[in-house]
Amino acid sequence: MVAYWQEFFRRNGAAVALFLIISVGFWLFMMIILPQLFMFDFSIRANVPPPKFGTEEHFYTTEHYRYMLFGSAKSTESFNIIDLTVFVRTIGAAIFVTLIDVALCYPIAFYLAHVAMGGWSRLMVLALIVPFWVNEILRAFAFKIIFGSAGVFNNVLMAIGILDQPYDFIRNDIALWAGLSYAFILLMVFPIYNAVESLDKNQIEAARDLGSPWWRIHWRIVIPHAKPGITSGCTMVFMLTAGALAAPQILGGPSSLWFTQIIYQGFNQAGNWARGSAYAIILLISCIILVLLLMKAFKVKFGEMMK
Amino acid sequence: MSADVRLENVWIRFGDFVAAREVNLHIQGGEFFTILGPSGCGKTTLLRAVSGFLNPSEGRVLIGGQDMAGIGPNLRPTALIFQNLALFPLMKIWENITFSLEVKGVGKRDRRKRADELLELIALTGQGEKMVNELSGGQKQRVAIARALAAQPEVLLLDEPLSALDLKLRQHMRTELRSIQQRVGITFIYITHDQGEALTMSDNVAVMREGIIEQVTDSTSIYDHPDTAFVASFVGENNRFGGKVVSTDNNFAMVETPEGTIDARCRPNSDAPLKAGDDAFVFVRPESLRYVNGSSLDNVMKANVYHKEFEGQFWQVFLDVGPQRKRVKMSFVNDGSDQEHHRNEDVHIGFSTNSAIALPQGALAAE
Repeated sequence: MVAYWQEFFRRNGAAVALFLIISVGFWLFMMIILPQLFMFDFSIRANVPPPKFGTEEHFYTTEHYRYMLFGSAKSTESFNIIDLTVFVRTIGAAIFVTLIDVALCYPIAFYLAHVAMGGWSRLMVLALIVPFWVNEILRAFAFKIIFGSAGVFNNVLMAIGILDQPYDFIRNDIALWAGLSYAFILLMVFPIYNAVESLDKNQIEAARDLGSPWWRIHWRIVIPHAKPGITSGCTMVFMLTAGALAAPQILGGPSSLWFTQIIYQGFNQAGNWARGSAYAIILLISCIILVLLLMKAFKVKFGEMMK
Repeated sequence: MSADVRLENVWIRFGDFVAAREVNLHIQGGEFFTILGPSGCGKTTLLRAVSGFLNPSEGRVLIGGQDMAGIGPNLRPTALIFQNLALFPLMKIWENITFSLEVKGVGKRDRRKRADELLELIALTGQGEKMVNELSGGQKQRVAIARALAAQPEVLLLDEPLSALDLKLRQHMRTELRSIQQRVGITFIYITHDQGEALTMSDNVAVMREGIIEQVTDSTSIYDHPDTAFVASFVGENNRFGGKVVSTDNNFAMVETPEGTIDARCRPNSDAPLKAGDDAFVFVRPESLRYVNGSSLDNVMKANVYHKEFEGQFWQVFLDVGPQRKRVKMSFVNDGSDQEHHRNEDVHIGFSTNSAIALPQGALAAE
């Protein structure tokens, strides 16, 4: 370990090495670890206004976690159906959105990497990126407009006679799913593209030459090769979707609540930072567990995903 | 089962670039056929047209008498061995070998059994559970062959498969490939830029230059009886003398060169036989040159020894000939006797008429 740091200093020079250590250390500790620790501390203490911090009233408690389960700090008679339902629905929807993105992005990534020719493929990449110059909130509002009762989708579907009357895409969460799928699509396309692109074209041709139909080439050659990229994309899309706030706020139907909105309410409306923190920690840990399970299921290691 | 392969008037164009020009080839069933040419001559393109990865712009490809137009690579009775082998790194060796059977829906137990048979054939018994990157270069090579053979192709196509191996292994694999071909008895079409590979393994060789098939014949004739200046300069080493034909007499031509008048064989039955007044090249192999005393051979030249190289088995001697000090190379077997001639010594060298061949001037291989 000492030898490693000596080598690190020798190779980069003292100034650069110190800068790297301090800047990365600052980012890691001050921006990530410390806030999470504070959040965790909030979540396991009683909810009191700041002047009372550190007094006896600011005692340690698990009541906020219990509240998430039972809807009450003391009784354990009934479950907190509302919050639990929102939680499960959020995680389920995030998984669903992730699956949609995989289904959309794998063909796009494969096309970009192995079918499209030079200039055309660069143009397609540009076409994927340019829409993201538009602000996230504006994009969400744009989706609200095109999925609205007088929006493009309803107009077209009615014009060609599929619908008799406008379909409420927003109330039925379709606008929300579409918006979320779109919001993080690049984070799925690029990891898969990187992985697929590194596949030797000869392997695809060899499989074809050995008589393989196209679906088996993908199933046996391309997807196994791209697995780390797919997992990496899934991880990011799932985490960000489960933690999204703007899109659910704007595109969610009147009755649909996203788990992050409950956290938001805890902090900003209910004045209950402690409960908000506890919910945020629950979301974070659940997401981490799900991602680890995903990696285990697909037998992918961290190192492979970062390639 | 082996099938013959026929290319009829095949043209392959990429935009303005012509990769294959009016190619006509007939490759007999069960033959070891080599397409030999420098890199970029279109030989790989031709192979891809046979395997079905690209369609000729014009002309037909027939395998076993059947026109292959519109038949994809997965449905042709061919198997291709790629230059980089293209083994599947995420599959075990036995899964690699039996991938073609998996495609056909053969059950796992039968596939395993077949894999073991093929592993025995390539002398890798018991290595089926290994991953590709655990094998050495030569072993990977053999796995690639087994994987192609498992598909029971009627024609095996090989795209410079030995180029990644070191010299010793390459020479060993030549023998191995040839013996595998004779055992399985199917047609092999082998692509290479290495004339050593072409000469040692093939029944017949086609030499290709810039999309054109220059000559097709058996491997000794391609060396001894080249049809064109390109073939003579590409296959093996050759000393070249440029000059004008003075007279021809059936199978022989007399060519006037700055180094003297040379009597040489010519090819009276070719499409464009040499006649008096034509520009010609005379080619003489280094091993056909000898030191002579007086004029005991048909062609004798004065020369000056420039440099000698000892290669163990051979002596290579470089000499300057004639007023333009043309550099020629002579090689002979090291028989243990002393080298009587030394640098800067004036000597006479000679060669027989039969060992010199006069051909019309034309494109030459890059030096």
